[in-house]
Order: sequence, then C-alpha cells, then structure tokens
Amino acid sequence: MADVTTTTARAGDEGGMNYLERLPRRVVTVYLPLAIFVFVLLFPFYWMAITTFKPNEELTDYKNYSPFWVVNPTLAHIRYLLFETSYPGWLLNTVIISVAATFLSLLASVFAAYAIERLRFKGSRGVGLAIFLAYLVPPSILFIPLAVMVFKLGLYDTRFALILTYPTFLIPFCTWLLMGYFRSIPYELEECALIDGATRWQILTRIVLPLAVPGLISAGIFAFTLSWNEFIYALTFIQSSENKTVPVGVLTELVRSDVYEWGALMAGALLGSLPVVILYSFFVEHYVSSMTGAVKE
Amino acid sequence: MTQATTIGTTRRAVSLLERLENSRLGLGLLFLLPAAALLLVFLTYPLGLGVWLGFTDEKIGRPGIYVGLENYGFLWHDSVFWLSVFNTVLYTTVASVLKFGLGLWLALLLNERLPFKAFFRAIVLLPWVVPTVLSAIAFWWIYDAQFSILSYVLQKIGLITGPINFLGDPTNARASVIAANVWRGIPFVAITLLAGLQTISPSLYEAATLDGATSWQRFRYVTFPLLTPIIAIVMTFSVLFTFTDFQLIYVLTRGGPVNATHLMATLSFQRGISGGNLGEGAAIAVAMIPFLLAAILFSYFGLQRRRWQQGGRD
Repeated sequence: MADVTTTTARAGDEGGMNYLERLPRRVVTVYLPLAIFVFVLLFPFYWMAITTFKPNEELTDYKNYSPFWVVNPTLAHIRYLLFETSYPGWLLNTVIISVAATFLSLLASVFAAYAIERLRFKGSRGVGLAIFLAYLVPPSILFIPLAVMVFKLGLYDTRFALILTYPTFLIPFCTWLLMGYFRSIPYELEECALIDGATRWQILTRIVLPLAVPGLISAGIFAFTLSWNEFIYALTFIQSSENKTVPVGVLTELVRSDVYEWGALMAGALLGSLPVVILYSFFVEHYVSSMTGAVKE
Repeated sequence: MTQATTIGTTRRAVSLLERLENSRLGLGLLFLLPAAALLLVFLTYPLGLGVWLGFTDEKIGRPGIYVGLENYGFLWHDSVFWLSVFNTVLYTTVASVLKFGLGLWLALLLNERLPFKAFFRAIVLLPWVVPTVLSAIAFWWIYDAQFSILSYVLQKIGLITGPINFLGDPTNARASVIAANVWRGIPFVAITLLAGLQTISPSLYEAATLDGATSWQRFRYVTFPLLTPIIAIVMTFSVLFTFTDFQLIYVLTRGGPVNATHLMATLSFQRGISGGNLGEGAAIAVAMIPFLLAAILFSYFGLQRRRWQQGGRD
C-alpha cells in the first residue's frame, strides 16, 4: 500500500481516494484510451514484423489472404538480406561506429563532468552552460560545414568521419547527465580521501567512478542508441556501400527505383531495430532515468 | 593510465603533477581538454564555418569566394525557400501541439494505478527507441498508395471507396508526415511528463478534494502549475527536434509532392549536398538559427521560473 501512495500522484482516482470511482467509469476513462494508445504506438512494429515473414504472393494479395496474418511464414526475406546484400557489413559498421563513438564520448565526458562539478575552478559554471548550449545545436545545421571539413581532413567515406563527429551530440548529453550523478555523491567521501593523501586521479578512479556506475551505464546506453539511430551525418559522409550504417544502407541500397521489395525492407528495418530494442529491454530503468534526467537537470 | 605510469618513472613528472594537483584551474582545464578539443573542432568551428559558407558561393569540388549576401538575396526571392519556411513552421506547430496534448494525456493515464505499470511504460517508449529511419520505412509501407493497410481497413468499414493517396497529394502528405512525427514524439513527452507527475505529492490532491475541487479543477490548479517548469523544458526540446527534423521527411517524401513537405533541413540537404551548392545550403541552415535561438531563450526562462518556484515552495 505504501508503494501505491508513493508512486501514484494523481489522486481522486486511486490511492486513498480510490473508492470514489467505480470500475465501469475507469474502463472508459483509463483502460480504453490506454489500450488505444498502446495499439497505435505498437501497430507499426507489428506491421513491420508480419511483413517480414510474409511470402511475396501474400504481401499484396489482400483479397485471398487477410493482411493482418501470415498463412505461410517464410524466412526468404531475411535470407535474402543476410546473404545477397551487404546488410551484415552495415550491421558490423554500425556496431563498430556506435561502440567507438560511445566510448570516446564517455571518456571525454567523465573528465569534463568531474572537472565542472567537483574541481569548481574559476569559470566552471560558464563551461557547464556552454556544454548545455552545445546540446541544443542540432546536426541539421552542422552537416554541411562538417561535410566540408571531413572532406578536407581526408576522412570522407571512412568510419572515422562518423566516430569523430558523433561525439558532437554525445559529449554534451553525457556530460550533462554525469554532472547530475556526480552532484549526488557526497563531498565528504572525497574530503576523506584527500586527507588520506589520495590524488585527484585516485579519487576519480577509486571513489567517484565506482559510485557513478549507474550513471555511466545510463549515459552509455543512451549514447549507443543515439549513435545507432543517427542518420544525417552517415548519409552525408559515407558514399561506398561497404562503409554504410544500417539506417542509411537500408534506405539507399534496398530501395530500387522500379520495385519496392517491401519484405526485404521490413526485414532490414526489423533486424536493424532489434539490437537497440534488446539493449533497451535490459536497461529500461537506466534508459528512462537518462532521458528524464537530461530534461530535469 | 599514462599518468599513473609517469608518476613511477620520472621525478620531474611527479613535481609537475603535484603542482597540477594544487592548482584546481590547471587540473580542471586538463580534465576538460578531451571534451573541449572535440567540441571546439567538430562543433564550434563548423558552426562558424557554416555561417561563413553562407556568405560564399562554394560548390562541391570548388572552393568558393566571398559573395556577401548574395545567397540570402537569392533565397529572399525564392518561393520554394519560403514554402519550406512555411512548411517547417506548420509542421512544428501542429506536431508539437498534438505531441503535447496526447503526450500529457498518456502521461496522466500512465500515472493512474494500473496493473503491469512498468511494462506499459516500457513498451510505450518503443517508438522513441527504434531508429527513426527504420520506423519511418514502416510508415512508408503503411502509407503505400496501393497496398496501404489504413486504406484497406477504411474500405472494409465502408468509409472510403478507393485507396487514399497518402503521400502523393500535398494536403494528405503533410498530414501523413505530421502523424508519423507525432507517433514518434508522444513517448518522449509522455515519459518525461510522467516523471514530473510522480514528484507531485498525493496529499495536495487529497487537500484539494476535501475543499471540493472537481477532477478538472485538481488538474488545472494543482497538476498543471506544478508541472509547468518541466513542460517548458520538454516542449523546448520537442520543438527543437521537430523544427530541425530531417530523417522522417527524407524517408517518406523527400520534400515532395511539389515541395509541399519540404522542411528547411531537407531543402538545405537537397540544395547543399545533392545539388552541390554548399554555400546556398549553408545559408538555408543558418536561416534556421534565429528560430532555434528563440526556442533556447524560451527554455532559459522556463528554467528561471523553476528556480523561483522552488524558492517559493520552501
């Protein structure tokens, strides 16, 4: 009961005042709208999945087959995707780029967040504000000058172009999030360590980082998802098929001008979504806390 | 690790490190170095370079020269550019209002006492987790001109006689891309507002109920004022993401039909990268900045208000 009163806030409908509302009314005001929301939000995924397993003759024949179900499920589209296209290569690229960009951003962000939040040097508040403003600069206004730079640096059409540019939106986010986590660690722990003769480096690696592990996981998961989902830089900086990431590859290589192979397209979308969805399902709480934390701080 | 090894090897490094230890400014700057270097090189510099490119006639494969306001003068008389500005404002306004309304509603629903609440919260967030391009491809198939599942269902019910041309007609295309954007944006608004709702103490509602407040009054005079600061921030982010949206339009319509869904970001890409006129593309991107600044100022005043409210509550 204590759980109910602490986690629910909108009263009049629950908690101590629950008796004021009857079941039929709750069905109309709560359960029915919620069911519609969930249905609408999940239907595209169902449609994606069901299309993946439909053989081509069922795909467009709505007269003889119900479009909502699949009669003869097939793995042909997935087989085509894995063995006749560069899809596995795109998956590998996306994994490498996302992991590298996330790692690089986390490393830079841990130091930056610790410096801003705990070293409190002159001007650290200003730096914190600048980081927050950097978070608000969208990729849509940076991709043209970045394309010029990437070309001049000789990084065009390489993975490094993406590994080095993704931190522009990952570092501000991770730093902002980690600053919030570091703030929650008591000063006294650091002071004790300082008195015992620990260096700043030891304080960071032995005391602050172990305590900030949940924050590191949150930032890491979120950064990984953001890199996995990134599109405009990958579209602009990568040209050859073997260097593409999943979102760009699916859109530019699987779509032929004359015939849309919906089965293969949906299989590509499904397989490309699964890694982030699986990761998300393991770390829902971390993910939610990083999403809401970045907004609340 | 490199620091740890240098401590052991040379004595001079030790004294240097010790001096750094005692200078918080020095150590702070050292710790900031990796992040600052990456952000200055790949964020601040390109931002300036973008503004500069807007004043040049640079093309792909050919360095540009300074042409003053020529790009902006050209855009000023370009009806497609103004159409894209109109589309962007329309898209942002309609989508943000819908996302806010539906997101708040969903947040209130999820804040009720429900069985499997954590499960619902987890699956509701899925549209936001999945890569936008991939879910947009699913919408592309849902909006197919011939085999759209929506047309099929509406025909079965008997509401329409022929399939709807979702993405081929200007009005339909605008409505369709906005619907897809709202679909993707609702979870973010709902889950962040839910986090805000959970911080409101139930005793406030009990007090309001004892005073005879109706459920609307409880929402209007208790929930909404306490939620305002977080609403301001969430909506700033939402407006920012919607205004600079690129992926959804690029997948679904590429700006067509007859430029009816071209946003400033997609027009910038089309002119700058596909068309090769980097200068003109950069000028379009720079034209987005005033709008973004307005959104950031809005967020700033939202934060200020929050501080004031916290002070007032104590």
